[in-house]
Amino acid sequence: MKQEELKKTNRSIEEIYASDYKEGFVTDIEQEFIPKGLNEDIIRLISSKKEEPQWLLDFRLEAFHKWQKMTMPSWGHLDIPAIDYNDIIYYAAPAAKKQAAEGEKKEIDPELARTFDKLGIPLHERDILAGVAVDAVFDSVSVKTTFRKNLSEKGIIFCSFSEAVKEYPELVRKYLASVVPSGDNFFSALNSAVFSDGSFCYIPKGVKCPMELSSYFRINAKGIGQFERTLIVADEGSYVSYLEGCTAPQRDENQLHAAVVEIVVEKDATVKYSTVQNWYPGDKDGKGGIYNFVTKRGICKGENSKLFWAQVESGSAITWKYPSTILKGDNAVSEFYSVAITNNYQQADTGTKMIHIGKNTRSRIVSKGISAGRSQNSYRGLVKVLPNAENAVNFSQCDSLLIGDKCGAHTFPYIDCANSSAVLEHEATTSKISEDQLFYCRQRGITAEDAVGLIVNGYAKEVLGKLPMEFAVEAQKLLSLSLEGSIG
Amino acid sequence: MGKILEIKNLHAKLKEGREILKGIDLTINEGEVHAIMGPNGAGKSTLSAVLAGRDTFEVTEGEVTFMGENLLEMLPEQRSWAGIFLGFQYPVEIPGVSNTNFMKAAVNEHRKAKGLPELSAAEFIRMMKEKMAIVQMNQSFSSRGVNVGFSGGEKKRNEIFQMAMLSPKLAILDETDSGLDVDALRIVGNGVTQLKTPQNASLVITHYQRLLDYIVPDIIHILYDGRIVRTSGAELAREVEDKGYDWIIKSL
Repeated sequence: MKQEELKKTNRSIEEIYASDYKEGFVTDIEQEFIPKGLNEDIIRLISSKKEEPQWLLDFRLEAFHKWQKMTMPSWGHLDIPAIDYNDIIYYAAPAAKKQAAEGEKKEIDPELARTFDKLGIPLHERDILAGVAVDAVFDSVSVKTTFRKNLSEKGIIFCSFSEAVKEYPELVRKYLASVVPSGDNFFSALNSAVFSDGSFCYIPKGVKCPMELSSYFRINAKGIGQFERTLIVADEGSYVSYLEGCTAPQRDENQLHAAVVEIVVEKDATVKYSTVQNWYPGDKDGKGGIYNFVTKRGICKGENSKLFWAQVESGSAITWKYPSTILKGDNAVSEFYSVAITNNYQQADTGTKMIHIGKNTRSRIVSKGISAGRSQNSYRGLVKVLPNAENAVNFSQCDSLLIGDKCGAHTFPYIDCANSSAVLEHEATTSKISEDQLFYCRQRGITAEDAVGLIVNGYAKEVLGKLPMEFAVEAQKLLSLSLEGSIG
Repeated sequence: MGKILEIKNLHAKLKEGREILKGIDLTINEGEVHAIMGPNGAGKSTLSAVLAGRDTFEVTEGEVTFMGENLLEMLPEQRSWAGIFLGFQYPVEIPGVSNTNFMKAAVNEHRKAKGLPELSAAEFIRMMKEKMAIVQMNQSFSSRGVNVGFSGGEKKRNEIFQMAMLSPKLAILDETDSGLDVDALRIVGNGVTQLKTPQNASLVITHYQRLLDYIVPDIIHILYDGRIVRTSGAELAREVEDKGYDWIIKSL
């Protein structure tokens, strides 16, 4: 009876096996490491390697002292194994790239260029990626920032964080930790103490940034943690669209990524911040993967300022991340569009905070969770309206899609309203891709995997539509890929 | 007249349960319309599900040959590509996926299986319009989610529309008349009749005779307790309508 064979290929929805993570390779390159461990000496060492001014070292040490008194947050719907912070290497840089701080002047190591090429991130300006400028961060350092010169002609500063500290210390000092104070939370304190690089961007008054700016984060070395900061300042009446991407090699050990992103949006300015998070998620049994504990926050500081978040979260073993907006200026607007997808043993606790302070401030939250395998996927959000925020408006929509019956979807929406003129709406749905739907698709000739891709992309359409074109296509593929093996 | 489907001594059971099909023999040739009638629980829907490859059932004995190939070795999507279409008794809703995107995926997968290039957007839209006309479907349906918010009649018309898009070798229509009013019944029946060619065939599964006023079968089989107990011409439907299934069962 061939029925046996048929059954073998005709697997049921519950059967999970690892998806192919095509970014899981390691770049074989000589690297410079500092010793493992976390203490004042290590922090001084990082600071001296970066030839930092005293005020920045003081900032780090103060953050470290705060961190020492803090405990890891346990309120997330996450099961986080104990992390030995003394067993992490806090700085690793390609040995040949000591000249990184000098940016475009020096040629990038060909091996690194090949790595980023392979990841689809061309670092040669002649390979213009539909007009996207890239700051490429490899382990602890920024190895290349493209289009710096072209952008500077418009007065736009786009460079690595280290360069910014050296070249624009007054700007960095003014805005650093102005949105996310070092002691804001356990991971922001840790990051403030040990961050090694990141991206800096300043858009002057009235300037519309002519191309997309982006940061691409790559973890390569074993045993390291990546701690980078992104600081974006959009001055009055300016506009910028910023993209962030990230990947890491496939390893059995977990690796920590704790970043801080701060965005300052002045009067009449608009910032769009899009993320496609594709850190290594671990294997089918939940072994390995990145712990992604990130603090992202923006402030709509001036009147009529706008901040739009769009994110596709497909990677990481554990994600702990809540890109948030403080709507301080009157008439400020913020939106948060998110797709978080978890498969196998991945865990995600992600969402947003919208803090309404100014009058007539408006926010919109659209969160789409997709859980497959044995994963746990939580939306956690806060909409807070302060007493002076007259006529604040929020609309929140939190949808969950389940694939199979061994995963979990959870929603934790908090509303804290201190002004009776506010209009707050919340909608939520939970749905499931059923065997009936899959069979129906297959009967029409659509394979099960394609059917899931079709359904998931249909479900996430609203969010994908918010991503810049180049990203949306990538994100769409990523959604299907992340679910590979989630059905037969 | 070429042979499309040949079922020999087919036994099937629920994966973890009782036997439902207890030895079916059935041959369908090109150009033929067969009807299977029978009381509730006779195994009519099981037969259609087994032919389409639904894995809730297990074939325990027998053979099914479709276009000369062993059907039981094929995955559901392979059966679809080979030319089997199942019109569902309860068409499934797929929120977020428009009818257009759904059919585009289906048509292109069929073309890929045949080694043909994908249709261009213009060709596809033209084809959609043409086939929607067969079941008098409104253009607005193309942008709506698959079967989402469709009435019972609209869902069944959508099934026939999909059948028209895929032009199957064998269309199995499982209780397509259930939940239809007279107008919808006529539209569906005419649709199926329009799609009939000398090269394809249909297997119409129904409890009632009324659909057979619109889709006139060449041969009628009565299925009872997992076996075909009678095979005859179209006039058998009338007998069932007048005397009920009891009469046939008693005469066994």
